[in-house]
Amino acid sequence: MEQPVLADHPGLVTRRRDRRPRLGRALAPYLLSLPAGLWLLVLFLVPLVVMLSLSLQSCNTATGACVMTWHWAEFGQQLSLYHSQFITSFYFAGAATVIDLIVSFPIAYWIAFYGGRKKNFFLLMLLVPFFVSFVIRTVVWEFILSDQGIILGNLKNAHLLPQNFHVLATGYAVVAGLAYNYLPFTALPLYVAIERIDKRVLDAAYDLYANRRQAFLKVILPLTVPGLFAAFLLTFIPALGDYVNQQILGGTNNTMIGTVIQNAFLTNLDYAGGSALSAILMAIALIGIFAYARLLGSRTIEEYL
Amino acid sequence: MTAAVSTAAARDTAGPGGQPHHHRRRWTRYLLPAYSWLVIAYLVFPIAVMVLYSFNKVTTGLPQVSFAWNGFTTQWYREWSSIPQLTSSFWLSVRLALASTVLATIVGTLLALALVRYRPPRFRGKGFIEQVMFLNIAAPEIVLGASLLGLFVTINVARGFATLLLAHVAFSIAYVVVTVRARLAGFDRSLEEAAQDLGANAWVTFRKVTLPLIFPGILAGALMAFALSIDDFVTSNFVSGAAVPFPVWVYGATRIGIPPQVFVFGSAIFAVGILCALASIVVARRQA
Repeated sequence: MEQPVLADHPGLVTRRRDRRPRLGRALAPYLLSLPAGLWLLVLFLVPLVVMLSLSLQSCNTATGACVMTWHWAEFGQQLSLYHSQFITSFYFAGAATVIDLIVSFPIAYWIAFYGGRKKNFFLLMLLVPFFVSFVIRTVVWEFILSDQGIILGNLKNAHLLPQNFHVLATGYAVVAGLAYNYLPFTALPLYVAIERIDKRVLDAAYDLYANRRQAFLKVILPLTVPGLFAAFLLTFIPALGDYVNQQILGGTNNTMIGTVIQNAFLTNLDYAGGSALSAILMAIALIGIFAYARLLGSRTIEEYL
Repeated sequence: MTAAVSTAAARDTAGPGGQPHHHRRRWTRYLLPAYSWLVIAYLVFPIAVMVLYSFNKVTTGLPQVSFAWNGFTTQWYREWSSIPQLTSSFWLSVRLALASTVLATIVGTLLALALVRYRPPRFRGKGFIEQVMFLNIAAPEIVLGASLLGLFVTINVARGFATLLLAHVAFSIAYVVVTVRARLAGFDRSLEEAAQDLGANAWVTFRKVTLPLIFPGILAGALMAFALSIDDFVTSNFVSGAAVPFPVWVYGATRIGIPPQVFVFGSAIFAVGILCALASIVVARRQA
């Protein structure tokens, strides 16, 4: 701001500068960030602290009233009660993430390298599920996969499937729903990462007698590692805490941890237990989040959104 | 054509390293496009089913979409508002999304301006704010929703429209900031200084120079906030209480059966969303 050229014309410049109070100028960044900062403090950071505090309290599950008892054992108790739901969540979210990475890598690669002038159209096509509400598109999958629905019903009528065959209420339906709903979260970071590769690096690889396989494995794949990591994070963490797919497409024998947390808060009024489980889930997510921030820097996530 | 030009042309059209192997592996050129179109078809498939079945006649008398195709009807579009709770939940979601968009866009844009223009030492805590936003975006939504409910329970606030609004702005801010900031990156500050040299005060400079220049970014951020809000289920389900937004109503109702109106609303929201996306692309292109 303070350029030496301006200082040569003190009459012109300082008059303008002086009209703005010094204090105001010094405070400008803080005043600009105050409303959003306060909002995030009170409605994001404080709730996280409250959640930790609640998990150490003892709650009356009839009234929902809680008293601080420093009940550290809550975490252990909840884990021993619901470790199988945690494992199921890992298993389903992991399967959906791996499927999404495998399914979306080729299409992200194709759009980045061959999309040409239609790139924006193809990207819009990747985003198309987001134009239908998350709950509705899950409900539509329930409709499609129903036992007598448009696919299974017809296949059963054609005697290609036994009458008691079903997809809904199985883990496969949940993984399929998760994979569908989070595919854009995987595909877009991969696209951004592949798109960013300098095509001349590939030419260099071919000039040095790399074949297509070697060029892919030794040039393209290593250069997309940050994108792969971002895609993994942006798919796996939301899928880990998801309970909509499990509740709509799954059954009672494949409950995920999100369902348990939701029931604890909304049905059983067990705020302590629910908070403890949320805190454990958040701690698991934080491991991935910190690893990401450490390796790639927290701001890089913005490039993949 | 010279060799160099033809190589460059081949690289641009055929992609990486296609040239030496083309004569041998011609069929594989169709593999990737065919696969990609299959994935796109898979992404579009449920939406097509939804739109198609929103025109399906219902013969059972029950307010449920039937699996069998009973014939084309526009009945459900004519009777789109015949389920009062569904309609009121939809308008609640629209009001909520509008209010949340306005608030999140204003505070988010201000924060984006601060983050783009100032750095330490003039702006201490910038790194901290960035890390909080990163955490906010990367954290599982169920944790955000559950912790907000924990807060509201602890301070004994009744759940309703106000808590929904507070929560929706809270999860939209970081996305607005990221979107606006991305568009602010190439902003030429000398234009503002020129305006001030010509006698404009800070407010006039902002309104006549800064705002028009960053408007596409703000619009993109606002669309993002609106989309996030109107689609949100997880957080809303925790903090909604008696005020039931559209996704929460749909979630509850479809436990029994899917009324055809849900597909009508889904199709309508889809159409409006696609139109907005196209409009924002057009605006961005015109501004650029």
